[in-house]
Amino acid sequence: MAEVFFRLAKSPLAMFGLAFILLLVFVAIFADVLAPYPFQKQNLMHSFETPSASFLLGTDEFGRDILSRLIYGARVSLQVGFIAVGIALVVGGMLGALSGYYGGWIDNAIMRVMDVLLSIPQTLLAIAIAAALGPGLFNLMIAVGISAVPTYARIVRGSVLSIRGMEFIEAAKAVGSSDTRIILRHIIPNSMAPIIVQSTLGVASAILNAAGLSFIGLGIQPPYPEWGAMLSGGRQYIRDYPHLTLYPGLAIMLTILALNFLGDGLRDALDPKLKR
Amino acid sequence: MVKYIVRRVLFLIPVLVGVAFCVFTLLYLTPGDPAKMVLGDLATESAIRDFREKEGLDKPFLVQFGNYLYKAVTQGDIGRSYVTKRPVMTEIMATFPATLKLATFAIVIAIVLGLPCGILSAIKQYSAFDTVTMILAMIGLSMPVFWLGLLLILLFSVYLRWLPSSGFDTFKAMILPSLALSAQSVSMITRMTRSSMLEVIRADYIRTARSKGQKESVVIWVHALHNALIPVVTLCGLQFGSLLAGAILTESIFAVPGVGRLMVESIKARDYPVVQGGVLFVAAAFSVVNLLVDLLYAYIDPRIKAQYR
Repeated sequence: MAEVFFRLAKSPLAMFGLAFILLLVFVAIFADVLAPYPFQKQNLMHSFETPSASFLLGTDEFGRDILSRLIYGARVSLQVGFIAVGIALVVGGMLGALSGYYGGWIDNAIMRVMDVLLSIPQTLLAIAIAAALGPGLFNLMIAVGISAVPTYARIVRGSVLSIRGMEFIEAAKAVGSSDTRIILRHIIPNSMAPIIVQSTLGVASAILNAAGLSFIGLGIQPPYPEWGAMLSGGRQYIRDYPHLTLYPGLAIMLTILALNFLGDGLRDALDPKLKR
Repeated sequence: MVKYIVRRVLFLIPVLVGVAFCVFTLLYLTPGDPAKMVLGDLATESAIRDFREKEGLDKPFLVQFGNYLYKAVTQGDIGRSYVTKRPVMTEIMATFPATLKLATFAIVIAIVLGLPCGILSAIKQYSAFDTVTMILAMIGLSMPVFWLGLLLILLFSVYLRWLPSSGFDTFKAMILPSLALSAQSVSMITRMTRSSMLEVIRADYIRTARSKGQKESVVIWVHALHNALIPVVTLCGLQFGSLLAGAILTESIFAVPGVGRLMVESIKARDYPVVQGGVLFVAAAFSVVNLLVDLLYAYIDPRIKAQYR
């Protein structure tokens, strides 16, 4: 583990990514303390203000402080990103592990269903689920999470398959370990590398997907400050007040960029073959 | 080869039925009574009952799905819009050409920009060009298409006034939406081409070509590129499929009258049959494109062809 971190630390981009994500987590946790104003506080006397000393990133059409809304928005985005990936990981991971470990008809049944789901583009699947469930934070997480399940199922299955045939699994079976024990103690820990990488990149795509859903009105509803919803709200004022859309977009992009850098760095750090 | 094609085409059928099942289930679970949605709030109890009976809404779930599938296959009937009362298929067919055009433009831009950038990056690995290209590609991957779209509008329509910010009727109007939509694909194709080239360049046969004194340009452009392109072709095809889906957000920003905008507007109007019909249609288009890519892949990769001789 220490060795992996050491290799990760050698990549400046990955370190930038890690630092940015940690900062974002800190901001999200302490949003109540860090935000200069409450996110829903309207002040029509100060609507559409450009950045100034009292409103560092300006205000929106209702005179709400954009910085404060971005800070609270970090909470929503990270929550959606991590919980959606959590859902996808648990459900997809379990399906993939069962499929890869038992093979035969179980494998066939699970993977054919996954094939069907994979033939619907992820964004589209998320839209379909979100449209059926209706808007809201919880539904958004479910929609984004479920739409990612097939990807994780496939990755976990692949990695379980490659490990299942190894000699140490045979040895564990020979000494009488149960299937559950073999899966939990031997197979899962040894197939973590690709899953960690995919999860990091997965959080990025979950945040992006969630922002997209909110942008078209299927995610978080106003007045809650979600970055995609903020972008969508500022869109009609883009000609006169571009700062309404500039900052939320920048927040999304930097977060995704940081996660992508970190994911790429992790991939290289966890796979010594790629390192020269 | 024929056996392979037939097998792949036949495999499409269960996938499409599966997709239809998912879409139908989602529509079934969607809150709101379709009878009330079609007839309006003022409809009488008996009118609603008659409608439910006529449309088969009182039947069990699986029977309803069977009917849905039957109508979809035999008549291309995948429901009726709650809002316009027109068949969903008619609505989709009216908007699909714009989406197809948008996705085609975007994939052409992505290939024209992505391939050369990826090849140059690989040849000049670790050079300034490589570093800048890779960082730009990463930014391209991280940029939400709806934000990039707004930035392009801001720059080219609001400040520079070169290009229109909406519509899709003229060539000029098509530039911004296509650019915005292509960004992710450009990045992915660049990255894939680069890594695929790098892998091939290290192969033994490239060393052989070099050591027999072959010119470097021939080694790169003839020997390496031919093999490096195989995974890139697959990616391009997959990207084209995703672009059809990605167009949903792009279309709603640039007011392109395509399937995506139709779906977003239907979401806002709670016109679920159109939403689900759109999902079904785009997913079907995506599967067909993927099938074509697989067949093309088999054609250009002799290893796959050999398996099915």
